[in-house]
Amino acid sequence: MYFCGKYPIIEKKTLGAEIYSVVVYAPEQANAAQVGQFVNISAPGYTLRRPISICGIDRERGTLRFVFEVRGEGTKAIAAENDTLDILGPLGKGFEIPESGKIIAVGGGIGVPPLLGISKACRERVTAILGFRDYSKIILDKEFSKNGSNVILCTDDGSVGRKGVVSAPLEEELQKGGVEVVMACGPMPMLRATADVCKKLNVPCQVSLEQRMGCGVGACVVCSCMTVKNGEELYSRVCKDGPVFNAEEVRF
Amino acid sequence: MSDALKVKIAGVEFKNPVIAASGTYGNGECYTDLYPISRLGGISCKGMTITPRLGNPPPRIAETPSGILNSVGLQNIGVRGFAEKYLPELKKSDCVIIANVAGAAVEDYIAAAEILDCTAVDMIELNISCPNVKAGGAAWGISRENAAMVTSSVRKATKKPLIVKLTPNVTDIAEIAKAVEAAGADSISLINTLLGMRIDIKTRRPVLKNNMGGLSGPAVFPVAVRMVRQCYKAVKIPIIGMGGVSSWQDAVEIMLAGAAAVQMGTALFSDPYSPLKVIDGLENYLKREGISSISEIVGKCEEWG
Ligand SMILES: Cc1cc2nc3c(=O)[nH]c(=O)nc-3n(C[C@H](O)[C@H](O)[C@H](O)COP(=O)(O)OP(=O)(O)OC[C@H]3O[C@@H](n4cnc5c(N)ncnc54)[C@H](O)[C@@H]3O)c2cc1C
Ligand SMILES: Cc1cc2nc3c(=O)[nH]c(=O)nc-3n(C[C@H](O)[C@H](O)[C@H](O)COP(=O)(O)O)c2cc1C
Ligand code: FES
Repeated sequence: MYFCGKYPIIEKKTLGAEIYSVVVYAPEQANAAQVGQFVNISAPGYTLRRPISICGIDRERGTLRFVFEVRGEGTKAIAAENDTLDILGPLGKGFEIPESGKIIAVGGGIGVPPLLGISKACRERVTAILGFRDYSKIILDKEFSKNGSNVILCTDDGSVGRKGVVSAPLEEELQKGGVEVVMACGPMPMLRATADVCKKLNVPCQVSLEQRMGCGVGACVVCSCMTVKNGEELYSRVCKDGPVFNAEEVRF
Repeated sequence: MSDALKVKIAGVEFKNPVIAASGTYGNGECYTDLYPISRLGGISCKGMTITPRLGNPPPRIAETPSGILNSVGLQNIGVRGFAEKYLPELKKSDCVIIANVAGAAVEDYIAAAEILDCTAVDMIELNISCPNVKAGGAAWGISRENAAMVTSSVRKATKKPLIVKLTPNVTDIAEIAKAVEAAGADSISLINTLLGMRIDIKTRRPVLKNNMGGLSGPAVFPVAVRMVRQCYKAVKIPIIGMGGVSSWQDAVEIMLAGAAAVQMGTALFSDPYSPLKVIDGLENYLKREGISSISEIVGKCEEWG
């Protein structure tokens, strides 16, 4: 079930240069939302809404939280809103979180926000391997820690944490054994590398994909990505059949 | 809702003149969380072909000033798939169901129409105007002879009311309109998308993987109004107008130009409630102006002499 309407912004702050954290009061959306789903936010003055992941769900307070980076004109227009946001959501299929067992959440840059919900739900069961370009881009790591999750930080330039991409620490963690599932969100090369490592070590992997969207609700089929289902190649809709897919289904 | 919004096109009654445009509303299943499709006058279903089509590679959409480019390329599950999977549910609604049909060869159009003739769809909309597929689509809509040929062939294959959807990518749309009217079309709908292109200046690559795509949304509205007007003056059959309609004022404007009903597509992406807002807006407009039927305004633009 999704909804569409204008919702009041009750908290707004910056997490870094051009990265915003916004909390809206949207009880019906918060009630329906699942970890890994997204919303489509109207950018005033633009024809298309912008897809943004749900970073936090608080059913008691009736709120949703989003963390987004200003990338172009649309996200800039959304960042300029201070009173209300026009939101269509919650949309798509989120992460399938197992009842028990160890989970590794792999996030890259602005792909980290949707993973925070996994950490909030599963706490100590989660190891979060979070990669950023450099120290100035690091977001949300302390919130993962506060949830009791184990955090492994990586930066491309080594300015904080481990130097290099997330796949090396991911492989080390998987080698230790006992991992139920890996859940990943971030740039395509990172997702591909994550899926490869998981396949090699035979661990199930769920990836959250991005694609340019129109409707956001499955009606226009512009958001397709190539998938393989029952041995057959077909385009799936990132907005409706995803954004979270089993990695084996995705043709990277 | 009052009777003032009722319109009749090719013998089919619509309870209001607002129809969801093909390709933007799926097959009616996607917006039901917000409101039942019965609120609409009609729905033109996703363009279908005789056999399923995969469609073009992504990205398939690019934003443009006041509009979008799309290059979906008729991804669909085929006419039979539509009839089995979607039509039964659609027919439970109280709105006119229009099947939008495309093809590469005349035989494809005929075969699709023959199948649909035995189903419960209310009308067939012949898409001879899709700019996103190499074979067929708009290739049919850009010449009088081809447009007339495919129209008369399908006319023989079905008793369903036949709407022919025209492409704006032509020099003289009124000529095409006249040709399909003579070939037996009961109605025409226009405009499909205008062929366009965007290039990422950093990568020097087109934004769409298909390189080119179809432009829609408010940016094309004045072109749509002009073409509806030209066709209104050229043919007697009713016209379904579309292309950038986003508000009730737009609907009134394109109806004044000559449209008997309107379709809305891209506006849904900005605001999924926009068709309902147009319906309410039209109803209030009629009340305020003391007009007893929306049909009274059709074509009533008073051109300068
Ligand atoms: C399911 C999903 C979840 C997302 N979650 C987040 C998030 O939590 N935080 C965040 O910062 N960003 C997120 N993004 C990316 C975000 O949607 C884009 O950064 C944003 O659309 C850019 O819009 P713009 O107008 O600023 O940029 P422009 O480049 O000017 O946008 C032009 C057009 O391309 C589209 N577009 C550009 N980049 C992307 C992209 N990466 N994915 C999809 N469409 C794009 C825009 O929506 C717009 O229609 C998510 C994307 C998807 C698909
Ligand atoms: C994503 C998308 C898919 C479309 N698919 C079809 C289609 O399958 N068949 C068709 O006849 N028109 C199709 N169209 C064209 C629309 O039905 C309509 O003619 C056009 O978009 C102009 O109206 P608008 O500005 O209100 O969107 C599509 C348009 C869009 C944006
Ligand atoms: S954005 Fe329309 S189907 Fe996914």
